[in-house]
Amino acid sequence: MKMNRREFVKAAGTATAAGLVGVPHLALGAGKKVVVVGGGTGGATAARYIKLADASVDVTILEPKTHYYTCYMSNEVLGGDRNLETIRFGYDQLAAMGIRVVHAAAERVDPVARVVRAGGKDYAFDRCVVAPGIELLYDRIKGYSEAASERLPHAWQAGKQTKLLRSQLEAMPNGGTAVIVAPPNPFRCPPGPYERASQMAHYFKQHKPKAKVLILDPKSKFSKQDLFIQGWKALYGFGTEKAMIEWQPNPDPDPDAIEVDAKDRLVKTSFGDEIKADVLNIIPPQRAGKIAQVSDLTDDSGWCPVDKKTFESTKHPGVHVIGDACIATKMPKSGYSANNQAKVCAAAIIAMFKGEEPGTPSYANTCYSIVGKDWGVSVAMVYRLSADGKTIAGVEGAGGLSPMDAPLEMRRREVQYAYSWFRNITADIFG
Amino acid sequence: MAKRTLNLALATGVLALGISTAGSAGGIASASMLANTCTGCHGRDGNSLGPASPSIAQMEKTAFIEAMQAFKSGKTYGTIMDRIAKGYTDEEIERMADYFAARRFVPAKQEFDATKAGKGARLHDKYCEKCHENGGRPITGEDAEYYLLAGQWLPYLENTIADFRAGRREIPKKMKKKLDKLIKKEGEAGLAAINAFYADQR
Repeated sequence: MKMNRREFVKAAGTATAAGLVGVPHLALGAGKKVVVVGGGTGGATAARYIKLADASVDVTILEPKTHYYTCYMSNEVLGGDRNLETIRFGYDQLAAMGIRVVHAAAERVDPVARVVRAGGKDYAFDRCVVAPGIELLYDRIKGYSEAASERLPHAWQAGKQTKLLRSQLEAMPNGGTAVIVAPPNPFRCPPGPYERASQMAHYFKQHKPKAKVLILDPKSKFSKQDLFIQGWKALYGFGTEKAMIEWQPNPDPDPDAIEVDAKDRLVKTSFGDEIKADVLNIIPPQRAGKIAQVSDLTDDSGWCPVDKKTFESTKHPGVHVIGDACIATKMPKSGYSANNQAKVCAAAIIAMFKGEEPGTPSYANTCYSIVGKDWGVSVAMVYRLSADGKTIAGVEGAGGLSPMDAPLEMRRREVQYAYSWFRNITADIFG
Repeated sequence: MAKRTLNLALATGVLALGISTAGSAGGIASASMLANTCTGCHGRDGNSLGPASPSIAQMEKTAFIEAMQAFKSGKTYGTIMDRIAKGYTDEEIERMADYFAARRFVPAKQEFDATKAGKGARLHDKYCEKCHENGGRPITGEDAEYYLLAGQWLPYLENTIADFRAGRREIPKKMKKKLDKLIKKEGEAGLAAINAFYADQR
């Protein structure tokens, strides 16, 4: 007798849980192959949720690195409150679920032949999930390059770069200046550069009270701006003579004219201004990760257009793009978004394998920033697919920012909740 | 007393099946799809790894709906849940409630002052047990109504009781009376002891 999953569930409903543990999933997706390109937040979540929903699907992750360092909470490593090891995650739990983890870099996704080329081998798929994160456009800043990032770290992909920037901050003299060159929109983690400035100041306040942070920003406004500035005023003397953080919008009318001198750690504007830094953190412009570029998954914006219900590429059927690389309209490029999109995508893929119409999606994002000791702020939103299916739109009247002028007790709680979020989401992703 | 029986929730086989990918009906997202938006902060299956966001696995349905509606209306102060609750319709909240009520609660593994737990047990019996039956554990039965206290995260319990006392959360008359009496007789130490008792129930 053949049973579909629902009948199986019904039939099994009378059994005890003890009896059910170890019952194999029915092989509805048997023989179906999913290749996930990238083992970061989006990719690892997608692999895990596909496997959880149907263990018979053959799931492979292609990820060159043996460990993943989360970008979220990496600013706390820079601030000194967190050890780099606490943001490092491996793939053992995913492998234990039966997901094949191959440490090779994908070179190209071929959507016609339905194979991913990696490490000289072809990995065939019925559906492919591309979650490559971002590509850093070093050459958009004159004088900057991947090689120069060894001296002027970006630390916008966590790990070695985070460690390097932290060691430079430690070596910086009291009275020195750390300069952050912020990126233009759109980019990974919109509040990130400002949380980073906060965490640098948090470290200086304790160990180098004469040091300061200068943010050079090609934008005239930024995420959670009022909340950051309120926190900076309270904690770091923002706007006073003794300000430990200074924010300079539009240092150059032509953002493409900004030039850096890696040797002397200088930032030069087209006015001829020269800003000398003791630590120079360049966060360059970004676009979808390289594999998306070479596999024809991007549009003119450099990011990947997708069907908002399934995250299937609108350029190549059978290939889905999630996380920072995709165009998710109103959803920001955040860890929570990538995790959530991966779940929506996983459910859609499972439905497609069953020959069913993917169900109505539900999306959410929560993003905390730790401004300083006992001072957290957040932005949150619940999203729905718009009636025309083109926009992942925030629910009217919901979400938004932490209130201004909130009691200190609530700022303290938001730090507790930020840590809770980090513990829970990383377990949700990596097991 | 059926209400007092520990609800191990093992009898409902659906628990062991993990997430369901059932499609949506009538344009509403499925229960698992909706629940997926919660687990980033509240943990897989609603079992939080802490330290402050509470576990919501096996939360009693009425309590779940009541909590969400109170965040939504502003009756309960939220640092973030007020903003999030407003994003969901009544029907969606009900689906989430059903979903999490059917998960199995796993008590928090956390540090606490074990020397206080004994005293906390006595104080719980005296001041709390009448409503928070069975030591604040999940209970079963048709008319079971409970909040997850035993094995819940301490920072969450502390924050919540602070909200009750500061008028940021509506406090039932009976609870206010008991709480006032507890604080008067036993002071803050009495409250801390009760929390240690809840943390002790792993």
